[in-house]
Amino acid sequence: MIPEIGHFALALALSLAVVQSVMPILGASRGNVRWMQSARSSAIGQVFFVGVAFAALMRSFVVSDFTVRNVAENSHSLKPLLFKIAGTWGSHEGSLLLWVLILTVFGAGVAVLGSNIPAATKARTLSVQAWISVGFLSFLLFTSNPFDRVFPPPADGSDLNPLLQDVGLAMHPPLLYFGYVGFSIVFSFAVAALIEGRIDAAWARWVRPWTLAAWMSLTAGIALGSWWAYYELGWGGWWFWDPVENVSFMPWLLGTALLHSAIVTEKRDAFKSWTILLAILTFSLSLLGTFIVRSGLLTSVHAFAVDPERGIYILGLLALSIGGSLTLYAWRAPVMEGGGLFRPISREAGLLVNNLILAAATGTVLFGTLYPLLLEALTGDKISVGPPFFNAAFVPMMLVLGLFMGAGPFLSWKRADLAGVLQRIRFVAGLAVLVTLAVWYLISGGPFLAYVSILIAVWLLLATLREWALRIKFMEAPLSETLRRARNLPRASHGMTLAHVGLAVAMIGMIGSSAWKSEEIVFVTPGTDVTIAGFDVTFTGAERLRGPNYIADRGRLEVRRDGEPVTTLYPERRSYPVAQSTTTESAIRSTLAGDLYASISEPASEEAASGEAWTLRILYEPLVNFIWLGALMLVAGGALSLSDRRLRVGVPRRTRPHGDLRLPAE
Amino acid sequence: MKRLFAVVPLVVAVVLGGFFLWGLNPERDPSEIPSVLISQPAPEFDLPSVPGVDVPGLGRADLTDTPGPVVINVFASWCVPCKAEHAVLTRFVERYGLRLFGINYKDEPKDAATWLSDLGNPYARIGSDRSGRAGIEWGISGVPETFIVGRDGTVLYRYVGPIVGEEAVAKFTTALTQAGALDRELGS
Repeated sequence: MIPEIGHFALALALSLAVVQSVMPILGASRGNVRWMQSARSSAIGQVFFVGVAFAALMRSFVVSDFTVRNVAENSHSLKPLLFKIAGTWGSHEGSLLLWVLILTVFGAGVAVLGSNIPAATKARTLSVQAWISVGFLSFLLFTSNPFDRVFPPPADGSDLNPLLQDVGLAMHPPLLYFGYVGFSIVFSFAVAALIEGRIDAAWARWVRPWTLAAWMSLTAGIALGSWWAYYELGWGGWWFWDPVENVSFMPWLLGTALLHSAIVTEKRDAFKSWTILLAILTFSLSLLGTFIVRSGLLTSVHAFAVDPERGIYILGLLALSIGGSLTLYAWRAPVMEGGGLFRPISREAGLLVNNLILAAATGTVLFGTLYPLLLEALTGDKISVGPPFFNAAFVPMMLVLGLFMGAGPFLSWKRADLAGVLQRIRFVAGLAVLVTLAVWYLISGGPFLAYVSILIAVWLLLATLREWALRIKFMEAPLSETLRRARNLPRASHGMTLAHVGLAVAMIGMIGSSAWKSEEIVFVTPGTDVTIAGFDVTFTGAERLRGPNYIADRGRLEVRRDGEPVTTLYPERRSYPVAQSTTTESAIRSTLAGDLYASISEPASEEAASGEAWTLRILYEPLVNFIWLGALMLVAGGALSLSDRRLRVGVPRRTRPHGDLRLPAE
Repeated sequence: MKRLFAVVPLVVAVVLGGFFLWGLNPERDPSEIPSVLISQPAPEFDLPSVPGVDVPGLGRADLTDTPGPVVINVFASWCVPCKAEHAVLTRFVERYGLRLFGINYKDEPKDAATWLSDLGNPYARIGSDRSGRAGIEWGISGVPETFIVGRDGTVLYRYVGPIVGEEAVAKFTTALTQAGALDRELGS
């Protein structure tokens, strides 16, 4: 009965979405206030009914109702409760339901919280949001119904892919989707503005909190995904340039550009049609990601089950939404006049450079991701584009971005005083060079690019802190004055500092762990010693253990440094009989200086039969935790900006023409 | 001009959409990487030996009139999966008398020499392909990659990626058996 309620709730949500996609926008064009206001109740109704459906599916998973096909295929009665719950979004159908739920959450969010948005704009935005809703709810109901029954029901389920049975990954999709789908509301705002034919500073101000919220969540989701890949896949890598990773990274890159260009639209009334285009493209890339992951277009280690029928359906949705919005853009954008003239050296120009680099980087990742498909279509050759392409093309762009990011916040709007800025950053630049030389002296032997990257990361870190210190007159004024300034500085400004520092910290982690990683792959039998990065590791054997739904071989590694015991590591190899697959549970000794990372697997040699010999993979990853620490700072910086009350004030203030407080470019 | 720029995103989207539509063809399997070389003679190439490594170089001439099929493995010291694969290949050579040749792809000779002296050298011949030119001739998409070449120099089989793990080893063993490249029977 419960699954039928869920199914019915989805149908009701679809009907509401259909109504909402027509009524408010007609109301806006005819000036009918009642019709416009209907969006509020239908948006709330939609989120309610999709919520009911989601709860119904979750309940079916929790009680292991194997009459529901989706539960039978993706769950098992012996699975821990947490993973039964996470199983709700572990399959194509369930994750799509989560997708739609988040879509409606954002719609309802604007309906409820957007009291400062003019009625007509809000009505149009919510109608556009409902168009997306209609597309995806019908996709769900017609091709991927999560409530399909199976008769006779199987005695037990066939289990969730064990790789996905992990806390990090249980949390990863909700966060990722919140970001991915969150950009839908920004898209809706953009399309509404194009329909209205008007975009101004106020528009940018309404859009910014939603962009920030989506961006933060996407940042957290991507970071969590890379952390999961790092400790669960057993290879010790945190980024693989896999198509599925790329498709979540592209909206992040473009969303970052959007975040910055919306500031220019808000403060200086410039970059208008560019901001609109970014809003459309960011969500288009989210949709493209959904398409690639679910259509089997490209190979990936973690794509969902492939079904060409679904692929065609999503491609149709893509054609309507992306094609439609870009057609509208081509038609309406040219008539929107830009404002706010600026000099080549100004905050605007700095943000323009930021936008160009981020857009180019997005284009590079898109090209690299789709190149195998394009080549195959044109010549029939099948190739794969691997990390070398992305590293060679992408990393230099990010380094240039880091260089500009350090200097950008020093520039003032409209026209900056180059000599003054240079004088302020001279000291910091010198310091960054000294730090790099010190690093080079202490750890020589790394690749040249690593030192260049260190220089830029340190430069970004120091320049960002210096700019912040200047603003609060740190060490230049009495402490009380500094504290007062720090308090009076807009939170968004602190947020920018924190986020930029976070990026520098993450960069340091990425450089450290890729340039100075050491690694040993050895065959071991009990008693074998391995030396790595100053640690002496002894393999003392493996024992067989029984878990709730798996059998594990657990290796034991005694770690010593200079004869002193440091720790004991227990890497595991688990095999899940029901799902017929195995996972690697790496053992990690984590410190801020670096991770000692061990994983074991069955050896390729014949001794496997006797269970004595193992392939031990042991790595030392210097500074690797800085990556996630930096990501955390990015998210915290975003949260700080989001809590800035100026974002919630209805009418935007224009930049003060002669203020000494330069406004932040967060 | 402005109007023209505004149309560009739409045009790009439509072109990409066309590719996607093509890509959804249900008969297409993106994970299958066939080689244009299969059933074709092995390409022309001639590679010097790796300085510091005590086996001769490798060229097209070494592949014809061989006593039996040979295996050509493309590897590099900078390639992490190659290291894992190395043990598997060594086992094939030691236990079943596999004739294994190597192409050392875009590698520093001294790194390759260290790598081989650390792990052991199962290769009867190794050609040093520093420029990656031979790699292009062979049409490799990445390292490691492994080819089985018949007695007359015809490419019989291509394996992309490391031969590591039960499934991969089983696949490769089947291909070797079919090609008649194993001297002794498996498991004996």
